[in-house]
Amino acid sequence: MSRRLFTGGRVIDPLKGTIKIADVLVEDGRIKAVGKNLRAADAEKIDCRNRYLAPGFIDLHCHLRQPGEEQKESIASGCRAAFAGGWTQICPMPNTVPPIDSEALVRFELEAARAADAARVIPVGCCTKGRQGKELAELGEMWQAGARAISDDGSWVSDAGLFRRILEYAKTFDLLVMSHCEVPELVPELADEGVVSTRLGLHGAPGVGEAIAAMRDILLAHWTRTRLHICHVSSAETVEVLRWAKERGIAVTAETCPHYLALTVDALNGFEANYKVNPPLRSEADRKSLIRAVVDGTIDAIATDHAPHAPEDKDKEFSNAASGIIGFETAFSVLYETLVLKKALTLPELIARLTVVPAQILGIEPPRIAPEAEANLVVLDTEVSWVLSRDKIVSCSHNTPWLGKKLRGRVIATLLGESFRVNQ
Amino acid sequence: MAGLKHLLGIAELTGDDILAILEQARRFREVLDRPIPIVPVLRGKTIVNLFFEPSTRTITSFNLAASRLSAQCLNFAVGGSAVKKGESILDTVANIEAMRVDGIVIRHSAAGVPHFLARHVSCFVVNAGDGCHEHPTQALLDAFTLIEHFGTLKGKRVLIVGDIAHSRVARSNILLLNKLGAQVAVCGPPTLLPAGIEEMGCEVFYHLDRILSEVDVVNMLRLQTERMTANFIPSLREYRRFYGLTRERLAKIKPEAVIMHPGPVNWGVEMDYDVREFSQTLIMNQVKNGVAVRMAVFYILALKRGILSEEAK
Repeated sequence: MSRRLFTGGRVIDPLKGTIKIADVLVEDGRIKAVGKNLRAADAEKIDCRNRYLAPGFIDLHCHLRQPGEEQKESIASGCRAAFAGGWTQICPMPNTVPPIDSEALVRFELEAARAADAARVIPVGCCTKGRQGKELAELGEMWQAGARAISDDGSWVSDAGLFRRILEYAKTFDLLVMSHCEVPELVPELADEGVVSTRLGLHGAPGVGEAIAAMRDILLAHWTRTRLHICHVSSAETVEVLRWAKERGIAVTAETCPHYLALTVDALNGFEANYKVNPPLRSEADRKSLIRAVVDGTIDAIATDHAPHAPEDKDKEFSNAASGIIGFETAFSVLYETLVLKKALTLPELIARLTVVPAQILGIEPPRIAPEAEANLVVLDTEVSWVLSRDKIVSCSHNTPWLGKKLRGRVIATLLGESFRVNQ
Repeated sequence: MAGLKHLLGIAELTGDDILAILEQARRFREVLDRPIPIVPVLRGKTIVNLFFEPSTRTITSFNLAASRLSAQCLNFAVGGSAVKKGESILDTVANIEAMRVDGIVIRHSAAGVPHFLARHVSCFVVNAGDGCHEHPTQALLDAFTLIEHFGTLKGKRVLIVGDIAHSRVARSNILLLNKLGAQVAVCGPPTLLPAGIEEMGCEVFYHLDRILSEVDVVNMLRLQTERMTANFIPSLREYRRFYGLTRERLAKIKPEAVIMHPGPVNWGVEMDYDVREFSQTLIMNQVKNGVAVRMAVFYILALKRGILSEEAK
């Protein structure tokens, strides 16, 4: 029988927005008790004084590269990297090689994740066979195998008739439809369209290209009465579309990512490919608009869009470099600094957007630190400053603009069931 | 200029850096008028021209500049290279550098390639044109030609006409002209004027006839049909009608105004053939001055890196 006693931590309840100092006793993967002066003589003691205890984070959007590109990230390495960053449940997008578009691949993904003994995977299947945007994938079989959402992430389903059918059919199994919104004709290159792209000679991708796609998807979702989730929102125009939709009570949710909240297109000035992401980093006005949207709930959740790439794909001329950055292990620190230290959100509010809200979007039980609940928690140190070095990264890939940078606040430990990790 | 290790773009230069290069170019311009126009400044040094895009005049100009400074100049034939076998730019350059070259002149269709290389090599890098980003030596030779003609750029009004969106020449020129005190205007259809161009420091016009008579310099850009995907202009015919420097429009410019073009010209599209004969056309001066400017760039980069030949010291 394993027992762990987390002593003297500030326990965050993101649902109520409260913080209270308490000990947390965990036995065999379940929370046994939460309260003052708990005693358990034989338990492993974890001193949490001046630290926070929060429910484990749920990542609505990330990329593991298995099957097909395991040199970038396997399911096992990805689950471990996520766990190190405090993510206990993750939704890997299905744009693997081959894409996850069948029952067998969903089962394979779940099996590989189970063996990793770290973060748990919530599979996202493809909307269309092979992510080709032509034929409906076998959504029912994938749902039966464990998929809880569908997406052709990386490609917008540009055929409106097909997207309508996807929405309608997904309703059968209450699958969440997640959309990567991007009108392809408006995205010639991955730089926000404006003075920076012009100065750098990069063909711009305007934020309105994302908003137009989001608007179409939202109108169809409303009309078919299906739940829709807009992925990695990057532009102020998309925020306006979401605001319009939410004011009308349309069942749409949205996420953005730490890099869109912390960085702007100005980072591209040195043509450094570690700032190349899809959708692209945008202007300061967009960034501020996203922060406001996170604060007022127009954007519901924050996901990592963890996108590992091998050095040979990233250490290249900007135009040909792969897009995406890893995010599991830096997300909390970047968000803490960008949102909490700058007083846009309180710490419990931030935690809510990483835990309760994503759970509600997915339709799963939110993790909570309460007696009888499954052990699913993180220990956070908000006082610590640390430098992200290559040897500290758990992911197989190192493509992040935060390499060598000082970060504030850190996930110190993660616990899910019997799996426990302490970051050194 | 102390920090100048490469010439990646005009964006990285100060006004003083630019003036220093132009002053050095003036000295080399005199050398080029000598019976034997060669100086031993880079004797024993090797410069590689690495052109991933076809070019005749630019590569010849860099070649001549290197040889006039007594450097050995190699042209890397991209067509027959390992690049075609899937080798990355970085591999190619690492191999070339392992052969101990002193400088690389690079032209590439992707913006930022010179910046990428500069992070990975120890020799100096000169940007000879990167995608739609910058073409700094063209802007320097344009400025040299204008100063040679007018004496100064201060207060001169320069109009750049045409395909601004796809032009690295336009971007470098806008940056440089602003740094040397000229006023810049651009003119073209909105499809060829990139977002936020006015924030780079220029007035924007859609109609050539509304601005043509008010400027001191008309710099006509080549319509880069090879870089265009589709639907930037309805036809070359319509483009000539609204933005071409025709014989009729030539009559509208100020008597003292000059005409420039970075070449090669699409005659009959951005310019009528008659413009060749116009006395205020500086196109050939631009070409001639290109060699002196590129010599100056090599000289200054070699000087900053302490690799001038013994004779030069």
